Amino acid sequence: MATMIVNGREIEINGEKNILEVIRKAGIDLPTFCYHSELSVYGACRMCMVEDDKGRLYAACVQPPAAGMKIYTNTERLLHHRRMILELILSNHNRDCTTCEKNGSCRLQELALRLGIRDVRFTQKKTAGSVDVGPALVHDQSKCILCGDCVRMCDEIQGVGVLGFAYRGSQMTVVPAFGKKMSEVACVNCGQCAAVCPTGALTVKSDVDRVWTALHDKSKKVVVQVAPAVRVAFSEAFDQEPGTIGTGQLVAALRRIGFDRVYDTCFTADLTVQEEYHEFAERLRTDGHLPLFTSCCPAWVKFAEQFYPEYLDNISTCRSPQGMFGAIAKAYLPKELDVAREDLYVVSIMPCTAKKFEAQRHELGQNGVLDVDAVLTTQEIAQMVREANLNFDKLPAEAFDLPFGMATGAGMIFGVTGGVAEAVLRTAARAVDGKTPPVEFKAVRGLESLKEAAIKLGDQEIKVAVVHGLSQAKALIEAIKKGECSYHLVEVMACPGGCVGGGGQPLPNNAEHRELRAQGLYNIDQQRELRCSDDNPMIERLYRQYLGQPGSEKAEELLHTTYASRRRISGEEVAVEPAKDAKTKIRVCVGTSCYLKGAYDVLKSFQESIKECACSEEFDLGATFCLEHCNGGPNVQINDEYFGEMTPSKARELVQKLAVERD
Amino acid sequence: MANAELSCGRRFLSVNEILERHQHRPERLVAVLQEVQEVYRYLPEEVLQYVATGMGLSPAKVFGVATFYENFSLEPKGKFVIRCCDGTACHVHSSEAILTAIRERLGLAEGQTTTPDLMFTLETVACLGACALAPVVTINGEVYGEATPDEIVAIIDQLAGGKEHGEN
Repeated sequence: MATMIVNGREIEINGEKNILEVIRKAGIDLPTFCYHSELSVYGACRMCMVEDDKGRLYAACVQPPAAGMKIYTNTERLLHHRRMILELILSNHNRDCTTCEKNGSCRLQELALRLGIRDVRFTQKKTAGSVDVGPALVHDQSKCILCGDCVRMCDEIQGVGVLGFAYRGSQMTVVPAFGKKMSEVACVNCGQCAAVCPTGALTVKSDVDRVWTALHDKSKKVVVQVAPAVRVAFSEAFDQEPGTIGTGQLVAALRRIGFDRVYDTCFTADLTVQEEYHEFAERLRTDGHLPLFTSCCPAWVKFAEQFYPEYLDNISTCRSPQGMFGAIAKAYLPKELDVAREDLYVVSIMPCTAKKFEAQRHELGQNGVLDVDAVLTTQEIAQMVREANLNFDKLPAEAFDLPFGMATGAGMIFGVTGGVAEAVLRTAARAVDGKTPPVEFKAVRGLESLKEAAIKLGDQEIKVAVVHGLSQAKALIEAIKKGECSYHLVEVMACPGGCVGGGGQPLPNNAEHRELRAQGLYNIDQQRELRCSDDNPMIERLYRQYLGQPGSEKAEELLHTTYASRRRISGEEVAVEPAKDAKTKIRVCVGTSCYLKGAYDVLKSFQESIKECACSEEFDLGATFCLEHCNGGPNVQINDEYFGEMTPSKARELVQKLAVERD
Repeated sequence: MANAELSCGRRFLSVNEILERHQHRPERLVAVLQEVQEVYRYLPEEVLQYVATGMGLSPAKVFGVATFYENFSLEPKGKFVIRCCDGTACHVHSSEAILTAIRERLGLAEGQTTTPDLMFTLETVACLGACALAPVVTINGEVYGEATPDEIVAIIDQLAGGKEHGEN
């Protein structure tokens, strides 16, 4: 076995990719900002500098280990450099630590403390500037230290790439394209950028104050739902081990904070299983759109609306468990709690930042009133517990309120990658003979980025794929498109590890924590007596009393939704043949979906035929980026009318016809 | 620069020709942007979005490259781009006086580089590599060596007059 010497001690090299990993294995926690094992190596922050026996300096994260290497990590020179580097970073950072969202969980703050920085000798270069508050995330460039973690996360793991480095040298910043706001670009609000950001540059938008206001409003009844992945991460905010099951304490804390009823999102996860299985079985039976993609993850849904509009019919129409809870709560709780519908305030506690965006979708509401009024992340509810001065250690374990507080193990595992697929498969297995005891489907478990399983149900073999991380979803869809693989059911979760690794979970939110939280959820599932959604008596009662059957008209109205293609980035049109005061305005869509289907040739044909006709000044021709009608592209808008599946010859005919009409 | 007066339609076709010529290959982005800038005299946001779409790149990446290089401009430039060298050799040969004279003639305020009528853009350059001719000014690539303030102002008058003449 090859070895190297770290600070005079011999350490084995076991296939580590860089000496940083070897050094950390030796129990030396070399500081880093820009190193994350799941992202590409960037080598920018220079915090992990080490020295060899010949006095050469290396950034440990980019240096591969070699047998016999002699490395020192704490020489006089290194201590001097490390402090200097950190001071330089600090001079380029808005240090309003006491009022910063990241106060207490900031990596920069932690390292300044660890390295004993008591004075920054350089002048302050960055002060508070404009802050971009999006639907789920807050971007404050004055706190950015240019480590690029968010850029690589968004591009490499999520395949979205909305953040990039722009400008150069001392002017360099991390911004969305053209300096636009996060709400104007393709950001799916997954919050993974905030999960890796070592400073307060990217943080979760806080809705804590809105919820306090509702809680203090005497005319309101405030009910709360708690998502599965929250219960295995909440306690981390109070120094417990990741994966510790904190359901009881969380429920007790929520009651003490003042919520009138505390319910469980796992209940509507069980409901989702019923509806989704019904939809899946129908599609199998009728040869409907397959594979069926799951719809629980709002970041994935927005991603698909922007990047894969041609697959929107494949996404389950089931609302997410959060959405189902909101609809059911607003429909049935007013009577149950004796409160007017407009005075019922529904709060969600989610591991997820994208749920904040989802709750604002107008489809998830009635007559302009949204079903879910506020979404808090795990981080935010921990903050409320602190603000309420509750002592976590003294909180008793309490149980959820009925009827929406009862859930099976199938509902619990929704919070981990593979869980939704497994929950649906349990119900599917039951449907085959009506009595199969709940089975564990180990093939869809684990943290590999793509899991596949072929499961025999009766005389049919069901092919399932499970992916997490949107770049994995992208790769899978491209493979499906090329015909390299085919499935009946595909589960997609945007965040690594599924919801346990959601962007709103307590920090650190790394691979180790995600794995322990996932284990926590499987432990809860295993301890449950009821592990198949079909066995939930409250679900059975809900159908009996209100909804009828899965897929009934009432269920369709409350529990299902629609999707629509969505443009990726805001912006102006390209003028092609502009004409002021023209009677006919023609806009050809050149967004990616239409572009790939030949929009350019259509545009050219319009241009030529307009030039040829006698009244060319009557036409104003332009190219636009996405008319949000992606499916039947290439699309054209003529004044207020839309034309799909346009071809160059159809374009010519249209212009000739319009020219005659104008005469 | 010679293509400055192309119609909107022609310019848009040119962008497509450029993308075709570079086979939509991402590694040709800088070359594509250079050629697109030749056509539009700057890089309009909507055209950059179109380039990103055509090359299968994220708009953020294209924006990053376009803002990295000093030579790319995201602001509209004038029909005539005047580059006044202010490198060491030119500076000691009083390039400052030329700059001041041009600014005054064009009525450019501090920090303003392009005239409102989009006729002239004034840029300073650190060195044009023609130090023997100092002070040096270029106008749309044409080099004027051992320039004087009066001489350059006279050329500007002539170019501006050409515009008025052309409009009549």
